[in-house]
Amino acid sequence: MSDVIIQGPNVAHTYSAHGEHHGHEHHEQHFITKWIFSQDHKIIGKQFLVTGIIWAIIGALMSVFFRLQLGFPDETFPIMEKFLGEWAKGGKLSPEFYYALVTMHGTILVFFVLTAGLSGTFANLLIPLQIGARDMASPFMNMLSYWFFFLASIVMFVSLFVQTGPASGGWTTYPPLSALKEASLGSGLGMDLWLISMALFVVSSLLGGLNYISTILNMRTKGMAMTRMPLTIWALLFTAVLGVLSFPVLLSGFVLLIFDRNFGTSFYLSEIFIAGKALPNIGGSAILYQHLFWFLGHPEVYIIMLPGMGIASEILSCHSRKPIFGYFAMIISLIGITVLAFLVWAHHMFVTGMSPFLGSIFVLLTLLIAVPSAVKVFNWLTTIWKGKIRFTVPMLFAIGFVSLFISGGLTGIFLGNSALDIHLHDTYFVVAHFHIVMGVSAFFGMFAGIYHWFPKMYGRFMNNTLGYIHFFLTFAGAYLIFWPMHYEGIAGMPRRYYDYSAWESFSQFDSLNSFISIVAVTVFFAQLLFVVNFFVSIFRGRKCLVQNPWQSPSLEWTTPINPGHGNWVGEIPTVHRWPYDYKDDGHGNDFIPQTTPLREGEESH
Amino acid sequence: MSGFISIFLTCLVFFIIYQIAKASELAGILRGEEKTKAQTNRLMGWLLVAFFLLGLYGIYQCHIDMIDKMLPVSASDHGVQYDSMLYITLVVTGIVFFLTQTALFWFAFRYQASEHRKAHFYSHNNKLEVIWTTIPAIAMALLVIVGLKNWGTMTSDAPKDAMVVEIVGKQFNWITRYPGKDGVLGKKDFRMTNDVDNVLGMDWNDKNNHDDVVMQNGELHLVKGKPVKLIIGSRDVIHDVGLPHFRMKMDAVPGIITTMWFTPTITTKEMKEITGNPDFVYEISCDQMCGKGHYSMRGTVIVHSEAEFRAWMRMQKPYYAGNKAPEKSAPAQPEQKTDSVNAITMK
Repeated sequence: MSDVIIQGPNVAHTYSAHGEHHGHEHHEQHFITKWIFSQDHKIIGKQFLVTGIIWAIIGALMSVFFRLQLGFPDETFPIMEKFLGEWAKGGKLSPEFYYALVTMHGTILVFFVLTAGLSGTFANLLIPLQIGARDMASPFMNMLSYWFFFLASIVMFVSLFVQTGPASGGWTTYPPLSALKEASLGSGLGMDLWLISMALFVVSSLLGGLNYISTILNMRTKGMAMTRMPLTIWALLFTAVLGVLSFPVLLSGFVLLIFDRNFGTSFYLSEIFIAGKALPNIGGSAILYQHLFWFLGHPEVYIIMLPGMGIASEILSCHSRKPIFGYFAMIISLIGITVLAFLVWAHHMFVTGMSPFLGSIFVLLTLLIAVPSAVKVFNWLTTIWKGKIRFTVPMLFAIGFVSLFISGGLTGIFLGNSALDIHLHDTYFVVAHFHIVMGVSAFFGMFAGIYHWFPKMYGRFMNNTLGYIHFFLTFAGAYLIFWPMHYEGIAGMPRRYYDYSAWESFSQFDSLNSFISIVAVTVFFAQLLFVVNFFVSIFRGRKCLVQNPWQSPSLEWTTPINPGHGNWVGEIPTVHRWPYDYKDDGHGNDFIPQTTPLREGEESH
Repeated sequence: MSGFISIFLTCLVFFIIYQIAKASELAGILRGEEKTKAQTNRLMGWLLVAFFLLGLYGIYQCHIDMIDKMLPVSASDHGVQYDSMLYITLVVTGIVFFLTQTALFWFAFRYQASEHRKAHFYSHNNKLEVIWTTIPAIAMALLVIVGLKNWGTMTSDAPKDAMVVEIVGKQFNWITRYPGKDGVLGKKDFRMTNDVDNVLGMDWNDKNNHDDVVMQNGELHLVKGKPVKLIIGSRDVIHDVGLPHFRMKMDAVPGIITTMWFTPTITTKEMKEITGNPDFVYEISCDQMCGKGHYSMRGTVIVHSEAEFRAWMRMQKPYYAGNKAPEKSAPAQPEQKTDSVNAITMK
């Protein structure tokens, strides 16, 4: 690795990996360049995290509102009128706004929290720290990535307040529903804002992703071979690859939709009679949009899952004081998942009228993806086997991650098999499946990461007791909410219904729905406990007094407790071994940092 | 006002929990960090075991509570295949679920940190990797074979003697059309649609349309033991014909025609006896988000015996006669005395 040059208003030094260090002036930075338009990857990571947390609260609050409707369709909740005004007149949610809430809940959680908030946070924080780089390949682009996300957030937030309401056609926004203003209130201005916001979001994601990839490929410190990278970095690399290759396709789908909505084209529209008149559009295909959407939509699931997998691997190994089992198998399975992620999208479309033969191929490829996923689970189990497990809060969340990943992954086997999907499609079985696997499980990965790297971010610990309470309430809550939903799904109960009481076949679940709603509200408050813990601990948490509080061998813990921009004072350390060397170092420690040279006769890995 | 009080109370509860949590941390430090850590570790180990056992009990209890609320026996031949395949998949995944979750919680508890424990440095074993790549691959292959076999049957061409019925979705109800005596559904052109006298846009120049029967009350009448091929369409946005009791589902997409076929095996009357529910009715649910009335887009299926169906069909007037036929004396459609539950009103 040759010279690394980092430029920007904050840093303008040349660092040489071979030794000479050209000084590190600590010039005072202006508040704005240090905290707001910062190009320091650590600050940008925190910006993504805090924005993500704010969105998560908004998104979760929405779920509280529509869960109240679902659980208690005959009651009124005057407090809802305070929040939602006209949309919940007399404390009763209107159907239009119920659908708007469901749509925005999905959009916010999938994109703004579990994509931007999750990989935005950890890719930014961990990539330079764990591969030994001073910053990203392009700190400026990195900053732009956040600010495009911020802009997208603003537009999406504004769309909540327009008169006709935000987009309400589901987070997948299938046309013609989303294309025709006559079809639904939310397909008016709200939908335009949704599309603009998402376009900005795609830009943000691409700027970030390209940066992550080039940083990982080009800016590793001396000795940091690809095969010595922590699995978090491997996971984040493939996350970025997935995003870079699939988000542009989504954007193309959105551009066509914008054209159909505003410029009279017929990409997705054909033979429609609505609001008393026949539209002139002929020859479009509504299915085309679904192909374009799910070509991102499915890799998106792995964009959400992979960072959690990486984080869980790292944390399970560290807190079991054992190397990750099957490091190479883990990498190969990541590659397998990444490749297959591009080849399974149409399993979301088995019952759209797509050719059944095409469906068969996608069944095969979909169930194939269970194999690398299973390999990962077995490797995690073997990692903690015969370990010396410390039940820290991040460790508990990592264990929870594995448990939920198993539960949610197994139900995927039902849905991926088209002959079963023909009944289960668009029922609560799907809701239960994806909430467990890419909702809660991914969140558990994120929580584990936040609790684990909080000392690196803020030089303090989060409160443990609150962490434990948060863990058990969320873990139990997640299963209580989503486990019974599988039954509703097998009974054929469709998702996205505002009220089931008029249905002979589904109204028997009314008491179950109330139960789920009560648990959901409780879990929402448990998350606020986390939020309080997070923000208070930034300022008041117990100070981290040692450089390496978890005794982890990876590189981020060789930086100062509160690293400045540039991460290491002096030279960037050289790496000599793999990141999971949990063995006796001969001085009473049970791990050997990556920076320790190999001992006589020792093999690197 | 009560809203503000509850917000205030919530904040207070949070404040108290936070203070207790903080105090417990401080107390832990006072008691000696190492000792507290060991205690906490043991406590968490037990809590995980408790979680696992309570979880198993919860699964059992949930099953007991839910089993009576599930769908009755499948009312179509395809549904029977579906049910047995669901059962096979449940067993396979259930075994994997139980083994892996048990291992996870047991390992966590068994190998928790203690003074005497030393972690076992064990970084890889290629034989193990091969084993646990192969076994899931074989299991998946088996499930794929079962699945594709069923998928092949369910999506194969409908039998030649199948009755054909068209079902069209619109915001927010279903329209059905029967081909009449000639057995052929007439041509349609969406530009001829209007809500007054041509809800489906039937082309009156096509004589085949003249005997077609159109129903706008969301009822789909089928015959027990007779395969039915549904011609599915949509007037406006995407809908989905969901038939939970028959375990079938297919999207209704504007601009294209989709189909599905199956053979009903139990009449509505028989199903009322099987379920012991005099109000039982087969329902058509819209399963694809279609706008604000999505949740109320309900239709019903009435499965007759052959004779009942013929009798019912004789009572129906062709749509053409009621709307476009030259003689003005055509009587209005007879009040359709139907088998569906009392017409429901949606909020």
